[in-house]
Amino acid sequence: MTDETKDIDKHSGVETTGHSWDGIKELNNPLPRWWLYVWYMTIAWAVVYMILMPAIPALPGMGTNTKGVRGHSDRVEVAKAVADLQSARDAQSVVLLDANLETIETDRTLQQFALAMGESAFGDNCATCHGAGGRGAIGYPALADDVWLWDGSLDGIEYTIRHGIRHDADDATRFSAMPAFGRDGLLTGSQVDDLAQYVLSLTDRSDDAEAVSRAAPIFQQQCATCHGVDGTGDRAQGAPNLTDAEWLYGGREENIRATIYNARNSHMPAWDDRLDDATIKAIAVYVHSLSGGE
Amino acid sequence: MASSTLIDKTATLPAQQGGEPPRHEDLYAKRKQIYPKLAHGKFRMVKWLVMAATLGVYYGLPWVRWNRGEGVPDQAVLADFASEKFYFFFIELWPQDIHFMAGGLILAALLLFLVTSLLGRVWCGYTCPQTVWTDLYIWVERAFEGDRAARMRLDKAPWSVNKLSRKLGKHAVWLIIAFWTGGAFILYWHDAPTVAAGWFKGEAPLTAYWFAGILTLTTYFLAGTMREQVCTYMCPWPRIQGALTDEQALNVTYRYDRGEPRGPKRKSESWDERGDCIDCDQCVQVCPMGIDIRDGEQLECIHCALCIDACDEMMVKIGRPKGLIAYDTQIAVAARNEGCTPPKHKIIRARTLLYAVVMSVIGVLMVWGLATKSTLETNVLKDRSPPYVMLSDGRIQNGYTLKLVNKASEPRTMLLDIAGPGGLSFKVIGMDHEGSETLELPVEGFGVDRYRILVAAEAGAPRPQITFTVTDAETGEADVNMSSFRGAEQ
Repeated sequence: MTDETKDIDKHSGVETTGHSWDGIKELNNPLPRWWLYVWYMTIAWAVVYMILMPAIPALPGMGTNTKGVRGHSDRVEVAKAVADLQSARDAQSVVLLDANLETIETDRTLQQFALAMGESAFGDNCATCHGAGGRGAIGYPALADDVWLWDGSLDGIEYTIRHGIRHDADDATRFSAMPAFGRDGLLTGSQVDDLAQYVLSLTDRSDDAEAVSRAAPIFQQQCATCHGVDGTGDRAQGAPNLTDAEWLYGGREENIRATIYNARNSHMPAWDDRLDDATIKAIAVYVHSLSGGE
Repeated sequence: MASSTLIDKTATLPAQQGGEPPRHEDLYAKRKQIYPKLAHGKFRMVKWLVMAATLGVYYGLPWVRWNRGEGVPDQAVLADFASEKFYFFFIELWPQDIHFMAGGLILAALLLFLVTSLLGRVWCGYTCPQTVWTDLYIWVERAFEGDRAARMRLDKAPWSVNKLSRKLGKHAVWLIIAFWTGGAFILYWHDAPTVAAGWFKGEAPLTAYWFAGILTLTTYFLAGTMREQVCTYMCPWPRIQGALTDEQALNVTYRYDRGEPRGPKRKSESWDERGDCIDCDQCVQVCPMGIDIRDGEQLECIHCALCIDACDEMMVKIGRPKGLIAYDTQIAVAARNEGCTPPKHKIIRARTLLYAVVMSVIGVLMVWGLATKSTLETNVLKDRSPPYVMLSDGRIQNGYTLKLVNKASEPRTMLLDIAGPGGLSFKVIGMDHEGSETLELPVEGFGVDRYRILVAAEAGAPRPQITFTVTDAETGEADVNMSSFRGAEQ
């Protein structure tokens, strides 16, 4: 030890590192040596890690990043995690498959499971058109209300999900077709105007009594076959009730007129081939819970 | 280096300018092995007793049973992650009760502050796990290798069968203690007898092996080889406590007013001209932190008071009064040094009063909260999408999710009553309740259940409020939830 060669700080009595900035010197309060060793270990570990795991990005001429000898891949890990989740769910999914829908809805445990599963599947697959919580939109029926064009029972909802509506590829699909009365020349423009007044009058909203009386025989001739003599609709033919407060394509005069003139036949795809049976059942229970169904 | 002054270190050091920068190795100090000597005295005894008590609680507590009824864990202290409950004797905490845990931690922190401002680092010196296990490990070390002098000799000696067997024995016992410590930790998270038996059969959860392994290693290294380095370099508390202590705190203090000037005493010398410190170095030899208490308050000092024991023993031998090193306040020592009468020790000070008051307030709030904690919790979540729908008859319907939490261990039947403006009707999905005003909802013991409820009302009511009242059919315990009803206003 050669004290003479060391620079000792006057005030603290501690040796300095010899570094000086504007007269301010750095004291050398030594760190524990094991800290240094820990640092060396992290460097060694980094080297080991780079050999084991994908580490170095694609360099020019190399094509792809280094794969690491462990062959780790996050994509594979994710796929495996998803598969694991699926198989973990299978245990309860099997119970859903075996139970009928009424049992699922009234059994507390099954209901909770089906609602959780149904809600997430609905969000992924159905909410795009029907809206979150089945709120609906113009042209896309609301599922949270009490109006059901086809069938609001648990089994009816399941059938609709499986086979869709006006889905050409499915022979069992729910189907109805309203003619485009104006566009195809079945009725004249003024007749369509009168009919729109007549439909409005079914919910007491028409102020043109003459038009309504002009259209009455036309309605009985052209529309009553499907929508019924009193306009209450006929579910067997897929004809909506025209006397309630619900309007799938809008309930104002111009909406109704456009519907009569052009017809509106929207589609829903069949989900039979796209979703597994347990998911379809879960969605049916979930949709039924939105409104209480029928 | 026998410095005669405490504060000004420069007095004995050559003041130099210039010189060469230090070599690289000098930037990192090698750890100096500390060989604490066994102290004898009352503080050593207190430390043995505290060690026995704290270790006894740590190793034994998971085995204490507490009957809570059928189907509920009977472990007195259990953090049951699987069913999301924390049990502490008669207290059961749900995730919803997390504020009690926060309150407990705040109380513990304030207690630490209060004790520090009164008695310095009592926590560090007596009860900190690092101190307790280090003390235990030194005890084992002493059993195998002897006391300070013998250990120093052994470490210097060349390797021999004797040295090897002593070292191996020591590390083996250390590892057993470490494993026992890591193993005891996992007992707090699972049913102790089950996980203890399952652990050795390979049936325990993976996390149990993982944490037992980690705690085994940390115990072995922190108490065996890291020791004082943990306190000095890893622990934030020595830094924080500087802000919590003051000149009024009773700290382990070298009374330099009495001790200086120090130095070895010749038989012929009179005590009148000199201090009581005879530079016997006993206080340094027993110190587990390897410091000299005579240098004043230091970051490294954990206030374990072993130097008091060592010094008192020496004072008795040389016929001087005990207490050259003692629990004392800086202000008192400084006053005596100036020849004044030390002021009366003030326990009640602004900061101790503040800590005590805040602790009382939080304590009262927690006791009140625990005493009135209900076993029934309900929440009503209104559907956000859609906010409301119009039904075919023009009425407005809103959807709600009622969450029922039964914190009692037995199943209960809840009566649901929904009140609102006239013309209101409701239905609960999956329940048949035609025509009944109130509805019976069964909830399992320790159960959380969700019910979907649809409420319909006439349009035109001015912003009605819906009241969901859930009542225990037997005890009458009730919880009321209000929720809004949208879409009816026009």
